[in-house]
Order: sequence, then C-alpha cells, then structure tokens
Amino acid sequence: MSKRDTMRTPLARVRHLGSARTGTEHFWRQRVTSVAAIPLSIAGIVIVMSLLGRNHAAAVQILGSPLVAIVMLLFIVTSAYHMWLGMQVIIEDYVHDEQWKLTALMANTFFSFTVGLASFYAILKLSFGV
Amino acid sequence: MADAKEARLQATRPLSPHLSIYRPMLTMMMSIVHRITGAALYFGMLLLAWWLVAAALGPNAYGRVQWFMGTLIGRVILLGFTWALIHHLLGGIRHLIWDTGRGFGPSEREWLTLAGLVGSIGLTALLWIVGYLMTGGVR
Repeated sequence: MSKRDTMRTPLARVRHLGSARTGTEHFWRQRVTSVAAIPLSIAGIVIVMSLLGRNHAAAVQILGSPLVAIVMLLFIVTSAYHMWLGMQVIIEDYVHDEQWKLTALMANTFFSFTVGLASFYAILKLSFGV
Repeated sequence: MADAKEARLQATRPLSPHLSIYRPMLTMMMSIVHRITGAALYFGMLLLAWWLVAAALGPNAYGRVQWFMGTLIGRVILLGFTWALIHHLLGGIRHLIWDTGRGFGPSEREWLTLAGLVGSIGLTALLWIVGYLMTGGVR
C-alpha cells in the first residue's frame, strides 16, 4: 500500500470528482412522494367525485373547507414534486443533445412549479376568500 | 475518411440488445405503460390546475370547465385521466413491493402485473359507474 488509502487519484480529488454521497437522493425522493401519493390520490379522487354535478357555490364551499383544503394542498405538493422528478428521468433517458436536454429540464421545472403553484394558490384563495 | 471508418466500426461491433430484440412480455409492456401514464398525468395535472383556478375565479370560469368536461372530448380525456391515474397508482404500488425485494418469482411477477392491469380497468369502470349514478345517468 502506498500512502494513499483511497482509489481516487489526486487529480480527481482536485477536480472534486467522485462520490458526492447523494447518488440515491433522486430515487429516494421519488419513492417518498410515491408512498405519500397513494393515500393522497385516493383522497383526491373521492374529493373530485364528491363535487360531480355540483354548482360553483358547492364546489367553493367543499374545496375551501379546512380538511379538504389541507388534503388537496398535500396532494398538489406531492404530485407536483413527483411529476417533476419523473419527467426529469424521462428527459434524461431520451434527450441526448446537451442543449435540448438542459432546455427540456428547465421547462420541466417551470411547468411543474407553475401547475403546482397555480393549483396551490387556487386552494388558498378558496379557503381564505377575498 | 475517419467518418467512414467509424461508421463501419459502428455497424460491425456487437450492439447491446434493446427493446426490439426481446419478445414482448407483460411485465415489460406494463413497465412502458407505467412511464407513458406518468407522462400523461404530468400534462393531465393541467386539467386539475384549470379546474381549481376556475373555481377560484368564479361561477363563469367554473361553468366553462364544467361545460368542457361534459362534452364528448372532455369525457374521453377525463376517462383517460382516470385510467392513467389508477394504472399509475397500482403500478407504483407494484414497484414499491418490488423495491422491498418481494414478488419477483416467475409466477408472482406475472400475477402482480396482470392484477395491476385488470385492477386499473375494473376500478376505472367502477368509478365511472358510480359517477354516472351520482349525477343521474348518461346525458
């Protein structure tokens, strides 16, 4: 054994290459959001179905009531995060041109945040009125 | 010159087998469908956002959403959304089971995958029947 007790070369160390110790983070967040999405999407289906055929006033009342609003907010945040992660993987799998890939990844972020925050804001507006 | 040599090398070197090499299997097809339904739900979330923002905007905007969801195209999109959501949900549960290392036996994996497919179609039909019963039948 030399003085070096690591497989990494000095050059790699200088360049900060190698394990960032975050390799499974994306995978793990996908799993966490998917587990959360199981009860939340079932609750979401029940909430949406309970509003079938009802008019605007009834929809506002139900969507703005605290427990329904909290469940919807959790559902929205979980879904937006989950779809952001999922689409990132799809883009990285199929878009190989570096510029298009970065553009698509950026568009994915913008889309997920816009859809998520618009839905989030709408629930808050229905909850607090004004 | 170098390009021609490279092209010849690419053509003759052994390639790793890809989708077109394998006989289509249920687990493989459902894996692909899981990704497709995920991508469909990604854009389907626009519908949810539209619906919620319309509810926040007022009765007129909400009425327009309700009108669109009542049209044939709207209903077809909603039916697709329902099935995609349930299929992705059941597929996700299957993948979580597989993540624990369980359910990989030759018959288990086929059974789990088939259950996801049959379950998603059955549950979608059930939800739509309940939905139509709640709103007083097909109009």
